Amino acid sequence: MKNFFCVVLVLILASGCAQRQPEKQTLVIWHWMTDRQKAFETLASQYEQQTNIKVTFELYAPSDVYSQKVVAAAQARVLPDIFGILDKKSIFASFIESGFVADLTDEFKQDNGAWERSLFPKALAVNQFEEGNVNKIKPGIYGVPIDVTNIQMLYNRKLLQKAGVTTPPKTFDEFIAVSQALKRVGIPSLVSGWGERWLVNCFASNYAFNIMGEERVMATYRGEVPYTDPDWIKVFNVFKTLHDKGALADGIVTKANKYAEQDFALERAAFAFNGSWCVNVYQDMNPNLEYGVMLPPPINSDLPMRIWGGAGSSFIVNNSSKSKTQAIQFLKWLTAKEQQVFLAKETKNLPSNREALGALPEVLSDFAKGMDYTTHPTIWPINEHPLVIEAFDKGLQSIVIGEKTSEQVAQEVQHIKERELEKAERRK
Amino acid sequence: MNNDSAQCFLKSVIVHSFLMAATLSCLFPLMWMFRSALMSNETIFVDKSFIPQEVLWSNFHMAWTEGNFGVYFLNSVLYTVMVVAGIVLISSLAAYSFSRLQFPGRNIFFGMFIAAMMIPLPGSFVPLYVLMNKLGLANTRIGYILCMINVGLSLSILLLKPFFDKMPSDLEDAARIDGCSKLGIWRHVALPLARPAIAVIVIFNSLNVWNEYILATLLLNDKSLMPLQRGLMVFQGSHSVDYPLLMAGLTIAAAPIILVYLFMQKHIIEGLSPGAAMTLDKKPNIFEFNLPAGRPRRNIAGQAGIKEGGS
Amino acid sequence: MQAATIKRRLTVVEFRDKFENFLFIVPAVVIFSVFYIYPFLDIFNLSLHEWNGISLKRTFVGLDNFKELMTDKVWWDSLWHAGFITLIALTFQNALAFALALACDREIRLNNFYRVVFFIPPVLSEVVVGLIWQWILYAGTQNGEQIGLLNYWLTKAGFPNLIHNWLSDPKTALTCIAVVHSWKGFGWGFIMLLAGLQTIDRQLYEAARVDGAGSWSVLRHVTIPILLPVIVVVMILTILGSMQVFVLILSMVGQGLVYHTEVPITRILVSMTETNQFGYACAQGVTFGIILILISYFLKQVSNRMKQE
Repeated sequence: MKNFFCVVLVLILASGCAQRQPEKQTLVIWHWMTDRQKAFETLASQYEQQTNIKVTFELYAPSDVYSQKVVAAAQARVLPDIFGILDKKSIFASFIESGFVADLTDEFKQDNGAWERSLFPKALAVNQFEEGNVNKIKPGIYGVPIDVTNIQMLYNRKLLQKAGVTTPPKTFDEFIAVSQALKRVGIPSLVSGWGERWLVNCFASNYAFNIMGEERVMATYRGEVPYTDPDWIKVFNVFKTLHDKGALADGIVTKANKYAEQDFALERAAFAFNGSWCVNVYQDMNPNLEYGVMLPPPINSDLPMRIWGGAGSSFIVNNSSKSKTQAIQFLKWLTAKEQQVFLAKETKNLPSNREALGALPEVLSDFAKGMDYTTHPTIWPINEHPLVIEAFDKGLQSIVIGEKTSEQVAQEVQHIKERELEKAERRK
Repeated sequence: MNNDSAQCFLKSVIVHSFLMAATLSCLFPLMWMFRSALMSNETIFVDKSFIPQEVLWSNFHMAWTEGNFGVYFLNSVLYTVMVVAGIVLISSLAAYSFSRLQFPGRNIFFGMFIAAMMIPLPGSFVPLYVLMNKLGLANTRIGYILCMINVGLSLSILLLKPFFDKMPSDLEDAARIDGCSKLGIWRHVALPLARPAIAVIVIFNSLNVWNEYILATLLLNDKSLMPLQRGLMVFQGSHSVDYPLLMAGLTIAAAPIILVYLFMQKHIIEGLSPGAAMTLDKKPNIFEFNLPAGRPRRNIAGQAGIKEGGS
Repeated sequence: MQAATIKRRLTVVEFRDKFENFLFIVPAVVIFSVFYIYPFLDIFNLSLHEWNGISLKRTFVGLDNFKELMTDKVWWDSLWHAGFITLIALTFQNALAFALALACDREIRLNNFYRVVFFIPPVLSEVVVGLIWQWILYAGTQNGEQIGLLNYWLTKAGFPNLIHNWLSDPKTALTCIAVVHSWKGFGWGFIMLLAGLQTIDRQLYEAARVDGAGSWSVLRHVTIPILLPVIVVVMILTILGSMQVFVLILSMVGQGLVYHTEVPITRILVSMTETNQFGYACAQGVTFGIILILISYFLKQVSNRMKQE
């Protein structure tokens, strides 16, 4: 018994003595990108050789656990030198307000805005706050994008051929016709991770922009246009038509994106709605997959089809970091052309540096072409209230499973919207 | 005569097929996990056969090295052993006191522990993390161990108390007459009696600690302090999952826990040995009970008989 | 004079005695206070505020969160869903565990084998369980064949009309989740019930049979009454575990089939991370805890009354 306690005591003491004092300057970076840990570590050792600064990339996955860790660390004031925020713009604003985020505007504007000009404006916009923004943040750039991404539709050439379709559909009606041709040969049409709310929301948002234009959507968020408006009914009807014509794969509303990606890679569906990161996944699961990228086929020919895109992942510098300048220097280095090309090649993601676009594999460059059409909730002047978004997304799911009609969902969403508007009025 | 044996036979067939069906449903995932661990990312969902065409034993080695299992495995073992030992010690002391000893506020404290089991604290990680930082326990092994001890404390106390309640007071009196201190009674009389409950607690908490991931990620930063589940996370990328390596890793992770269970489950059954009949009336034979200065005899419970009583 | 001194000494001794008794629970209480009570007070305090999780500003709103909770239909529905899962667990899972325990009680031969095998589901990680059941319940075809195992076997067995979109149909989704949860958890009930069964004196069974009792009668009048304390413990543990299920739901249906697969814990997670209403999430947590305490208290009363019979 005594021996046991001695061993226990020794173990406790040993576990406490795990600290080592660093001799050189170190930078600690917290991130969630499991697939890129190796590439990051390679870059970190390169940087150490060049500058004698040790950069440690600490990985915390999956992303929801990462977010919780960042929140907890923020409260305990132990955030690392560099980290990322995986949440809405309003939460980003909260971080800035509470003094956790360094203002990088001056750095970007240095040398006639050299750093700013090297990166895609759409990527920067995600990390930017404009003049007169709703979150009342001092205008400026607060984060550094290290890649860009966008979400489009993909099609399987082989499966389309089986249904006798040689060119991918260019309009929504064509898409429905193609789906029915696919149905006749027993091939499911569209698969997507609609078990994840944000992806359903994305699809709906794309069509909302196409049907009524950005201004009208923003007006809805401000409360000036109701969700029962005929234009919004048209948006809901997109989903109704997809359901009625059998253009959706079975079980689409409970699929996590991972599983939807699997389905498309294993050629279980002819179309997918997914982001540029999928190139990696498909490469791993089925290198022989023959597929192409296209914009979601528009309904309205007068207005452009918009897709969600912009900065994929961004890093933020901790305002209270003791190595702020070094952290900013490192991020500048990370977004420089050479490192971006390396990252793009290793992780098959689109670079945020415009000059690094050169050597991309074919499908990825197809994705890159879509960057002109991108928009993203984080760059809109106003965002919808989260509770209304929840009702909206769940309403779309119920339309997809045939439980409710478009009008019913519109009314429910509008009801919640009015309730939230009222609450906001009372709070004033 | 024939009818009887035919009925018996039929019964036996039904019972056996029932057991077989349940067994199959339980073994199937284990087999699937093992077989998937031997395949590659491309064949894992395509090849539906049970025995893969190409057997990649190397996956296990790769999972071990790529997942950095060496350090993580040792950490998990350390955490599990320390936490379980801590819980058994602390909860048995507390349960014994709640059950056999008097002190003011006894019921209130007990009620507190029970209530804690029922109030989930989502979001409690935020104040917990702040506190741990203030105490200097964040990113330390001892901090994580103490946290995990707390997680299993309430249930363990709840499971142990009834066993201590059932302890015949005559045994306790005899021990006290022999000059045993309260701690001694706890060690020599109460603990052996509660062997089945302790075995259940060991299994339950080992499983919890071994499979725990979220608290570890939140509380710990250094890779060298991370448990096994952390290694498994590496195979689950934000988008692409390395299924074969993940399955190989999960197989490696499941093995030790199954061993713990194999070892402990005997104690659950043997602790309540056949001799210790839960009869409706049987007086404990205290003259058979011998309490020397050293170890007591094993089957104290068995020979004294466990009276049926309430908790 | 002497009587008074004796009395005083007695109280000192008494005090020392009680203090010693108290010392036994001190380690537990210390750890508990630090790691549970302190966060609990903070959570309770937060439930009276409005906070998005980050901001340095926490607005005091009193009982507003609780008032809003009372009219939150989705919240109360989620409680029903958890209750449904618990009901299936209490009946299906525990009946299965009991039946298997009975079967193993007499089946001496492969006893050890079964004891190990039936404990495998609880040991498996949620990842594997979620993946496997996803595959079993998958709805969809490829090259004319059903991909999901269940649908596949239904077609092969000659019931193609029973093919279903198991996890995406509001009518079946929750039941499937409940069944998988029961499958994963019956191992616990099994070992506890088996342990209890093995302590019953065989002589009692023989005595009953000599008296002419059939197996069903033996079960009702001998086995169950003796096993009652174990059964109650298993039931309480089942209820507590099933009401708090959520990881399985996340791995089987993602963020849920509309609102049909919501349970209290998933609602709390949504409030914390999706709608950034930390205070509201805390209010949900506190309310849920109170409901669970009430349920357990009610159960304890029922079991006490049954013991008296």
